[in-house]
This record gives sequence, structure tokens and C-alpha cells, in this order.
Amino acid sequence: MAVLLLAEVTGGELALDATAKAVTAAAALGDVTVLCAGASAADAAAAAAKIDGVARVLCAEDAIYGHRLAEPTAALIVSLAGDYSHIVAPATTDAKNILPRVAALLDVMVITDVTAVVDADTFERPVYAGNAVQTVQSADAVKVLTVRTSTFDAAGDGGSAAVEAIGAAADPGLSAWVEDKLAASDRPELTSAGIVVSGGRGVGSEEDFALIEKLADTLGAAVGASRAAVDSGYAPNDWQVGQTGKVVAPELYIAVGISGAIQHLAGMKDSKIIVAINKDEEAPIFQVADFGLVADLFEAVPALTEKLG
Amino acid sequence: MKVLVPVKRVIDYNVKVRVKADGSGVDLANVKMSMNPFDEIAVEEAIRLKEAGKASEVVAVSIGVKQAQETLRTALAMGADRAVLVVAADDVDTDIEPLAVAKILKAVIDDEAPGLVIAGKQAIDNDMNATGQMLAALLGWSQATFASELDIDGDAARVTREVDGGLQTISVKLPAIVTADLRLNEPRYASLPNIMKAKRKPLDEKTAADLGVDVTPRLTVVKTAEPAERQAGIMVGSVDELVEKLKDAGAV
Ligand SMILES: Cc1cc2nc3c(=O)[nH]c(=O)nc-3n(C[C@H](O)[C@H](O)[C@H](O)COP(=O)(O)OP(=O)(O)OC[C@H]3O[C@@H](n4cnc5c(N)ncnc54)[C@H](O)[C@@H]3O)c2cc1C
Ligand SMILES: Nc1ncnc2c1ncn2[C@@H]1O[C@H](COP(=O)(O)O)[C@@H](O)[C@H]1O
Repeated sequence: MAVLLLAEVTGGELALDATAKAVTAAAALGDVTVLCAGASAADAAAAAAKIDGVARVLCAEDAIYGHRLAEPTAALIVSLAGDYSHIVAPATTDAKNILPRVAALLDVMVITDVTAVVDADTFERPVYAGNAVQTVQSADAVKVLTVRTSTFDAAGDGGSAAVEAIGAAADPGLSAWVEDKLAASDRPELTSAGIVVSGGRGVGSEEDFALIEKLADTLGAAVGASRAAVDSGYAPNDWQVGQTGKVVAPELYIAVGISGAIQHLAGMKDSKIIVAINKDEEAPIFQVADFGLVADLFEAVPALTEKLG
Repeated sequence: MKVLVPVKRVIDYNVKVRVKADGSGVDLANVKMSMNPFDEIAVEEAIRLKEAGKASEVVAVSIGVKQAQETLRTALAMGADRAVLVVAADDVDTDIEPLAVAKILKAVIDDEAPGLVIAGKQAIDNDMNATGQMLAALLGWSQATFASELDIDGDAARVTREVDGGLQTISVKLPAIVTADLRLNEPRYASLPNIMKAKRKPLDEKTAADLGVDVTPRLTVVKTAEPAERQAGIMVGSVDELVEKLKDAGAV
């Protein structure tokens, strides 16, 4: 069996961690061909060729793939699909946008957010904000799936797959990129960080979110947030952890001023060690925390930052 | 321009979901059901477009069991003008897959010819995040998923999308499919007079068979299980104790 894996390429660069984790899931299904598409994708393709378990890399460079618009990228994948039994991608916002479109064009169901590969047709995925895990078996000829990276280990390096340049598919010409507002940050990326410090509504303001960021920087951690913190404008949308935000599973997750709604837990309850700091001892977050501290965050967080500094 | 909004009847987001002991699914008997929260946001956005004079009519569509009428009445009470119910299952435990939902929506759209479809980004029961994208594919339309801002600009829509790295703005040709993310707006509550008025608004009923769509699932749910439970941890008394525990655990 043969797998086509859509690599995560942003601004010409390979998102190595997300792609290498998806390779681990894909390698269980067959020979892995990685597709790198972008306005420039050669560097990404070269990096993908080094991932262990990758058999071949296809590199599609064209301006129409520059911003990963769904319509041209889906058309490209569909043009290649005939050779593959599975089409896989890490469950990033890009792939969540593109792969369901691919599946519908192939008249098959998409299987999103896969957390385990049982066999070539059978997969596990969480439903109801992670309150249940479904095992689903596909009857479709081609399986199109996105995989949740937080549950797969990254494939190592040491591969040396051949890279083949391919041409662009026809551009449906339905949409155009206008602008990106992407925050540049020296912090580790949220979904691959070893430590995540997240703040919730309890932090109270955008200014005070600096307390969370300072603790994160002391630990070399990524910063996360609850939906309430994002909705209130304390933190940007790309920091949201949860059912409908990012799913993280770091070695250490520190939840500060977060009550622990199921929608938040859905995004972090597979973390190795969970710490909760909350002034309400009844807060549900304490039910999943390994270490709980009932305290006012405005005292506890600066003290913790100082002691760990 | 007509705006069509697909709304799904789902278990209320506040309900604690229970997996059935025999692993056949989750318990939906006597459980509070509501409109999918993202679809409330989609309905709100459509109504705002109408209030701003950019949309002429808002049509809500739901697919599933007969009880989805209630969900459609909620959309009508919020301000939608008309509703279409497509009955595709008799049993509340049957979830119609996004591909079949998209095919049904396509059939409705072929008939209604809206200029814009605003769906939710994700149904909070199956957590698929797929229907809008699949519908766009079947229609050959443009798609703008995970929208946090939407402006109609002549024959195009300018949409800001919530993506992993931050925000991306794109311009999509109309007709288009937009899927609503959490920050698009804050949906209104239906007032009592509007709930009364909604009872008299038109609600058409069809079946999947009327539309010629086969809703046989492509995915068989082999089993539904409880997720792994976390062990209860301990409470610490001070920041010092917390630091000590974290050091002992090798976490910092
Ligand atoms: C469709 C849908 C999708 C959703 N998706 C997500 C998602 O992806 N991620 C997500 O997080 N949520 C999501 N939610 C929202 C979720 O239901 C909760 O509303 C949200 O997680 C609450 O955020 P919070 O814990 O920060 O706020 P709150 O629940 O208000 O909790 C704030 C906490 O801070 C504590 N606190 C206050 N002051 C202090 C202080 N000085 N010191 C210490 N503690 C203090 C309080 O005791 C309280 O426990 C979603 C909801 C819906 C309907
Ligand atoms: N049965 C349904 N009836 C109406 N709309 C639906 C249905 N299923 C999905 N949708 C729409 O598609 C969106 C995404 O759902 P999903 O792809 O299942 O996560 C929802 O927010 C709805 O707008």
C-alpha cells in the first residue's frame, strides 16, 4: 500500500515536528511519499527527504501554492491521488482546510484527528470533546485522514529519499490571498513544546498576561490560553488550547486561572504532568491535575517564576 | 443575496457525555439537545448581513431526525426567514456523515441558489470539521474556513481566518462557503416575542430520498470507548512545595 502525505510547509519551510509525527502514523500504512507544495518548496522537500521512513518526496513549486489556499492544493492532491491507498496529513489548520475538500472530490469520507491506526482501514478518533473515543472502519477505496500529532512520536532523521519535482495542477482560481498576521516569536511552538504555560480568564487582562509569559520564558515554555482568555482579548487566537483550538501533550502543562471546562481539557489532558493554580479549590481543573495549588495567581505566579529562575 | 445556514442538532455543550456500557455509542436518551454552538454563530452572522442590507433572505437548513425542527425553530427565532428540514434518519443515535450532509446540502443549494453559505466550523458531537469544505468541493465553490471576520465586497467576500500561526485574510469569489469560528461574533438570544413569531415562519420538510441522496455511512463505528482516565493527583500547600514536587518529578 502507498501513502501520500501532505507535508506542512509554511513560507517555504518544513514544519518538521508536525510532518515527522504524521510520517510515524503514515508509515504504519505503507510506503510514504511526502508532498511538499509551496511557492518555494525545495528546502522543505530536502528536509522531508531526511525523515526516517520516507520513501519518496514530491516537490511542487508554484506561486499558486504559496499560501496554501484550499482549492489549488486540493486540486493538486486529487491529481496525484490515483497512485495511493491513503492520503494523510498532520491535523493542522492547513490540512483541516484542505483534506476534507480532497475527500469530497474523491467521493470518500474524511477521517479527521486520528489518534491511533488500528489497521489499514481502521482508526481511532476522539469525539465529544474527547469524552469518547470512536474506532471507525472505512469502506472507502481511498482513505483520507488527518492525524493528531500530539499522540504520535516524531519519526527520526537519517532518511535519504529521492526528491522529484512535479508540475502544478490547474488553478481553480476561486480565491486569493490578501494578508497574513502571524506573530513572530522566539518561543517554542505550542504543539511541539516540552512545557506549556497557559492562562485563563482569571489572569484578568492583556497586561497581566505578561505574568504568564514571564513564567513561560523562565521555563523555555510555549504560552497557551483558554478560550475565555482569547475571547476577552488577553491572548491571540493561535494560543487557544482545547477542543476547537490546539491539542497539546507536553511533559509539563501549567494551567493558571483556568477553571477546567471539558472543552479546555480536550486540548491538554494527555499532558504528562499537569499543574493547576487556581484560587477556587472546587475548580474542575484540579480533578485532572497532578499537582494542584489553591492560590491567588497574582502572588503564586511571580513567586514561582522567581524560584524557578 | 440569499444566505443559507446549515444548523445541526447536537448534544448541548454543557452536558456531561456518557459512553454506553456496551460500547455502542454515547447515551443520547433524555439528554438536552441544542443547536451546535458554531452554527449559532453562523446564524448570527447571516442575520447581521441581512440587517446590514447585504443579504436579502436567511434560510436555515438542518439534516437528521425530525426533532431537528426544534433547532430550526431556534434559528427562526434568532431571525432566519425560512427553514428547510431534511429528514435523513429516524433514530436519534444515527449521525449523518459530513459527506452525506454535504450531498444533501448541495441538492438543497441547487434548488435555492444562495450567494453565500455560512456553516459552523465543527460539530461538537462528531468533532469532524469537514462538512463546509466537502460542500465547497461538491459545488466547485471557493471556501473560507475558520472565519473570525467576514466582509461582503461586491462579488467577493473578504474573510479573516484563524490559522495555526495567527490570522490569514483571503478573498473568495462568491458564491462561497464560509465556516464560522468562535470569534466571528457573539450570537444573540431569541426574545420571547421572536420565539412566538418563529412558530409561524415557514418550515419545509423533505427527505434525503426526495433529494436522491444515499446516506449510507462510509465509516462503520466499530466501538465507542471511554477515554483513558487520569489518576487523581495531590494538592500542594505552597509555591515552595510545588517547586520541590516538580523538581522531584524531573519536570523542571
Ligand atoms: C463550541 C465551544 C468550543 C469551545 N472551545 C474551547 C477551547 O478550544 N478551549 C477552551 O479553553 N475553551 C473552549 N470553550 C469554552 C469553555 O467552555 C470555557 O468557557 C472556557 O474554557 C473557560 O475559560 P477559563 O477557564 O479561562 O474561564 P473561567 O471558566 O471563567 O475560569 C476562570 C478561572 O480563573 C480562576 N481565577 C480567577 N481569578 C483568579 C486569581 N486571581 N487567581 C487564581 N485563579 C483565579 C477562577 O477561580 C476560575 O476557575 C468552548 C466552548 C464552546 C461552547
Ligand atoms: N446534520 C447536519 N445538519 C445541518 N448542518 C450540518 C449537519 N452536519 C454538519 N452540519 C454543518 O456543518 C458544520 C460542520 O460540521 P462537521 O463537519 O460535522 O464538524 C456544522 O457546524 C453545521 O453548520
